[in-house]
Amino acid sequence: MTAELSAEGVRVEFTTRSGRVARALDGADLVVRGGEVLALVGESGSGKTTLARTLVGLTTPAAGEVRWKGETLGRSARSLKALRRDVQLVLQDPLGALNPRHTVYDSVAEGLRIHKLVTKTGPSETERVAAALSAAGLRPPEALFLRYPHELSGGQRQRVLIAGALALQPSLLIADEPVSSLDASIRGEILALILKLREELGLGVLVVTHDLGLAWNIADRIAVMYLGRIVEAGPTEEVLTAPQHPYTQALLSVVPEMDRLEPIVLHGEIPDPTRIPAGCRFHPRCPALASGEADAVAHLCRGTALPILPSDPEGHRSACHLVAQRVSTPLDHRGAPLDHRGAPLDHRGEGTP
Amino acid sequence: MSSESVTPAATLSASQLARRRRTAAWRRGWTQFRSHRSGMVGLGILTFFVVAALAAPLLAARSGLDVTTANGPVLGPPSSEYWLGTDENGRSVLTLLIWGARVSLFVGLLATLISMVIGTVMGLVSGYFGGWVGAITFRITEWFLVIPFLPLAIVLSTVLGRGLFNIVLVIGVTSWPGTALLIRSQTLSIKERPYVERAQAIGAGRRHQITKHVLPNVMPMVFANTTLTVAIAILTETTLSFLGLGDPTRVSWGTMLDDAFQVGSITTGSWWYILPPGICVVLVVLSFTLIGRALEEVLNPRLRARQ
Amino acid sequence: MSAATGSGLPEARGAARLLDIRDLHVTYATGEGGLPAVRGVDLTVERGQIVGVAGESGCGKSTLASTILRLQPPSATVTGQVLFDGSDILTMRWGALRAVRWAGASIVFQGALHSLNPVHRIGRQIAEPIETHLPSLSESRRTARVGELLEQVGLDPDRARSYPHQLSGGQKQRVMIAMALACDPHLVVADEPTTALDVMVQAQVLGVLSDLVRDREVGMLMISHDLSVLADLCDKITVMYAGRVVESGPAKQVFAGPLHPYAGALSAAFPRVGDPAARFAPAGLPGDPPDPRNLTQGCSFAPRCARAAEECLPAEPPLETYDDGRQAACVRIDRTHRSSSGVETPSVETHRSSSGVETPSVEPVENPGETP
Repeated sequence: MTAELSAEGVRVEFTTRSGRVARALDGADLVVRGGEVLALVGESGSGKTTLARTLVGLTTPAAGEVRWKGETLGRSARSLKALRRDVQLVLQDPLGALNPRHTVYDSVAEGLRIHKLVTKTGPSETERVAAALSAAGLRPPEALFLRYPHELSGGQRQRVLIAGALALQPSLLIADEPVSSLDASIRGEILALILKLREELGLGVLVVTHDLGLAWNIADRIAVMYLGRIVEAGPTEEVLTAPQHPYTQALLSVVPEMDRLEPIVLHGEIPDPTRIPAGCRFHPRCPALASGEADAVAHLCRGTALPILPSDPEGHRSACHLVAQRVSTPLDHRGAPLDHRGAPLDHRGEGTP
Repeated sequence: MSSESVTPAATLSASQLARRRRTAAWRRGWTQFRSHRSGMVGLGILTFFVVAALAAPLLAARSGLDVTTANGPVLGPPSSEYWLGTDENGRSVLTLLIWGARVSLFVGLLATLISMVIGTVMGLVSGYFGGWVGAITFRITEWFLVIPFLPLAIVLSTVLGRGLFNIVLVIGVTSWPGTALLIRSQTLSIKERPYVERAQAIGAGRRHQITKHVLPNVMPMVFANTTLTVAIAILTETTLSFLGLGDPTRVSWGTMLDDAFQVGSITTGSWWYILPPGICVVLVVLSFTLIGRALEEVLNPRLRARQ
Repeated sequence: MSAATGSGLPEARGAARLLDIRDLHVTYATGEGGLPAVRGVDLTVERGQIVGVAGESGCGKSTLASTILRLQPPSATVTGQVLFDGSDILTMRWGALRAVRWAGASIVFQGALHSLNPVHRIGRQIAEPIETHLPSLSESRRTARVGELLEQVGLDPDRARSYPHQLSGGQKQRVMIAMALACDPHLVVADEPTTALDVMVQAQVLGVLSDLVRDREVGMLMISHDLSVLADLCDKITVMYAGRVVESGPAKQVFAGPLHPYAGALSAAFPRVGDPAARFAPAGLPGDPPDPRNLTQGCSFAPRCARAAEECLPAEPPLETYDDGRQAACVRIDRTHRSSSGVETPSVETHRSSSGVETPSVEPVENPGETP
C-alpha cells in the first residue's frame, strides 16, 4: 500500500463566545501521496492550517474521517502515536517551535526517544541524530549538538526542525508556512531542501502556504482553499496558468508583478466563519457574478450550495457553478446535473422542454 | 568511550553529552550570577549564617542553653565575657543567637520545601489539565488562599500541638497557594507554546510533555519563587514563636523575641536581647530576597539570549 | 496643507527635494562596542514619488526609517544629513522637530498589528496626533476628520468606535495608515506595511497607498524585503545590504534586470508565477544575512556571492553610477552598461493605469533576476 494520507469530508467546528458555531473547516477531501509535493494555498481564515492539523490528528474533526494507508484514524492515543511516526508536522516560527532549554541534540533526538526507535543492534542515537542533521543540510552535524536555539540563525533553526522530523524517517511531511518567517535570500535553500527530500527519500510533502509563488516554485499539485472549503485543485502548472475558479483568478491577479493579468482586487474581506454565505460561499465577492459573466448560473450561485470537491489525484477540478456550466452542465447540491435553467436533466442527459 | 575532555562530540554517548551540556550550563549560570553584585552580597550573608548555624557546637557550648546551669547576670548588658549580654535566665544572648539560627533556618528551609512541592504539583495540574481535574485543583488552591493565614496557623498548631515539625507542617500547608497560583499561570502560558505542540505532533504523551517541556520551563520561576518563600517561612516561624505557638523546648530567633518581649526588654532598655534576633531575621530574609532576584534574572532564558 | 504644522516649518522651496538623505551613518552603542547599522546612505524622495528600500534583517532599513524622524536613542551616533524640505532634521531644534514629526513626515511602523493600544478605541488613537498638532481644533471637527481618514483608507467611519481586537489584520494596518495621514504629512514612511498580510489584503492596502500618493502629491518611502511588491508599487528602488546601498534605479529595471548579485538573489527569491524557469528551481543564497557586528573586510556580500573574486576583498566597492542613471556597488560588473548576466537590459517605459498599477509597455526581460 502506498503511503497515502487522506481526508474525507472533514469538518472542524468550534463555538464562539457568543454561542455561534464557526466552521473553521467545512468539508474537505484531500489526498497527500508519497513522492509528491502538494501545496495547500489560501488566505488566513481559509482553513488550510486547520486541515493540516486535522491530518496529523492535532485537531479532532467534528465530521468526516482521516485515513492513513487505507485505515481510518482512530482517536486513541496509540493510533495517533503510530500515525505520528510516519507523518511529521513541521511548524512555522522555528524560534517558538524549539524548546529554548533543549539543545539541538535533544530536540532532534526527542522523537527517537518517544517512539523508542533506537535499538541495541542498529545505529546509535547519536548516529541517527547526526544523520538527520546532515540530511537537513547542517554539516558537520556534531558542531551543533550542544547549541541552543537562540544561538542559531533562522535558517538553521528551520533545518533543525526539519531534522527533528526526518529523524523518525517519516513517509510524509506536512510543512506549515516553512519559509514565511525566514529572510528572503535564505528561503531558496529551505525550499531546495524540501525538493531534495522528495527526490532522494521519496517523501510526500504537504506545504501549507499563502504564497502562490512558493507553490509555483516547488509544488506538483495545488489545492486552493476559501472559507473552509477547497475550491480548486489540480496540477500546479494548470491551476496557476489557467485558473478556473474566479477566486483563484483573483488571487493570482493580485500577486505582485503578475503582469499578464489585470488585477482583480476583491472587495471586503473573507466573511465570518459563523456566517457562511448561502449558495456558493464565494458569491458575495465573486467578480464573475458581479460583472454579469455568470448570469446564466447566477441563481445557482446564490441559492445552491456546492458539493465538497472530490479529491482527484490526477485531474484539475473546481467547485464553481460557472465552471461546471462551462465544462459540461451545472450541478445541483447533490452533484446531479441541471440544465441551463436550473431544472434537473433526465437520465438521458436531455433537458426538459 | 574515551573520557578525555577534548573528545569530539560525535563519539560521546547521549548521556555523556547530556552531562557535558549540564556542566556547561551550570558554569554559565554561575558566571552570570557572579556578575550580580546584590546577588553575591545576599549569597555571602546567607553563607555566613548557614556556616554559623552548622558550626554552632564549635562556636558556643550547648550547655550554654541550659537554664539550670546559667550563671550570668540577669539581663546583663554586653560585656567582655558576654559579648551580647545575657537574658533573663543568665544565659548568653550570643549562644542563644547562634543556636537559634539552626532552628530558624531549618524550619524556614524545610517548610519551604514542602510548600514548593505541593504548590508546584497543584499549579501544574490545575494549569495543564482542563476539565474537571483542573477546575477542582484550582478551586482547592483558591480555597486555601482565601482562608486567613493566622487563624488557620493558630488552629493547626493547637490541633497538632506545639513542636518543631508541627511548625514546619503548619507553614508548609498554609503558604503553598501563592506558589501554586504562580506556577499555574506560568503553566497556562507555556502550554500554548509552539514547542509543546511540536512535542505532541512528534507523538509525545502527556507525561512526556509535562516532564520534558512544561516543567523545565516552569522551574526557573519556581526557583525564584522559592527563595522568596523561604524568607516568608522564616518570618512566619518567627511570628508563630513570638505568639507563643513555637516549640517551647528549642531556642529560635522567634522565641527569643517572644521571651524578650515577655520580660519587658523594651521598658527595661535591654536592647541586646531584642535587637540581635530581629536584625538576624531581617538579614537572612534580605539575603534570600537578593539571591532570588539575581536568580530570576540568571534563569530567564530571554535575558540569557542577549549574551 | 502646511497650516497643520503651524510652528516654523519652512515653506516648500521649489528647488528643495522633499527628502534628501546625504551620507547617513548610524551607529548604535552596545555593551560590546559600536554596532554600525547604517554606513553611508544617500537617498532622495520627491513629492508624488514612491521610493522603495529593499533589504533583509540587519541591512539597516528600519534604522534608516526611524532616523528620518530622529527616533534613535540618544546613545546612538548619527552623522550626515537628513534634509526634509531643505532643513536638516538631525540638527533641528526641538520645537521644529516636533512639528515635523507627524505633520511633516509620518511613519507606518512594522508590525502594525501590535502597535495599536488594545484598550483604546481606534477613533481615539487616530485622533491623538491631531490633538497634539492642532490643539485648537474642536471635538466635532476632529471626529469629522477621523471619519474622513477612515474613508480614505477604505474603512467605514463607524469603525471609529471599535477596539483593535475587533478588527482584522488588514483593517488594523489600514488604521495605522489612517493614523499616519492624520496631520496631512508630505512624506509617509511605510516600514514593511504588508508583510503579515494575505495577498488579497496586501493588494487592497497597496492600492490605498498608491492612491494616496497620486491624489495628494505625498512622497512615500516604502520599505520591504519583498522585491516584487516594491517593483509593483514604486518608481525607484534602492537595495540595501549590511548598512549600505548596493543598487539603485528605476523599480522595474532593478527587479527585471538587477546589476548587483545580491539584488539578483533578492529578485529571484520571489519567483514569478507562470515563469517556466522558476518551476522546481528555488533560488537562494548560502549563509545568513550579515551580522553588523561582524562585517568582513572588503565587500560585505563577498562571503555569499557566487561571483566573488580577488578584487572584491581589499575594500568595500563604491557605488558607481552608470550612463542611464542606475547605480550599483560591485566591482564585478562590466563598466559599460551591461547587467551582470551579460544581457543588455532594455529601458522599460511605464504608464500608470487608472488603478494605480504600473503596466510596462515593453516585453519583460527573458530571464528576470537570474544570478549567474
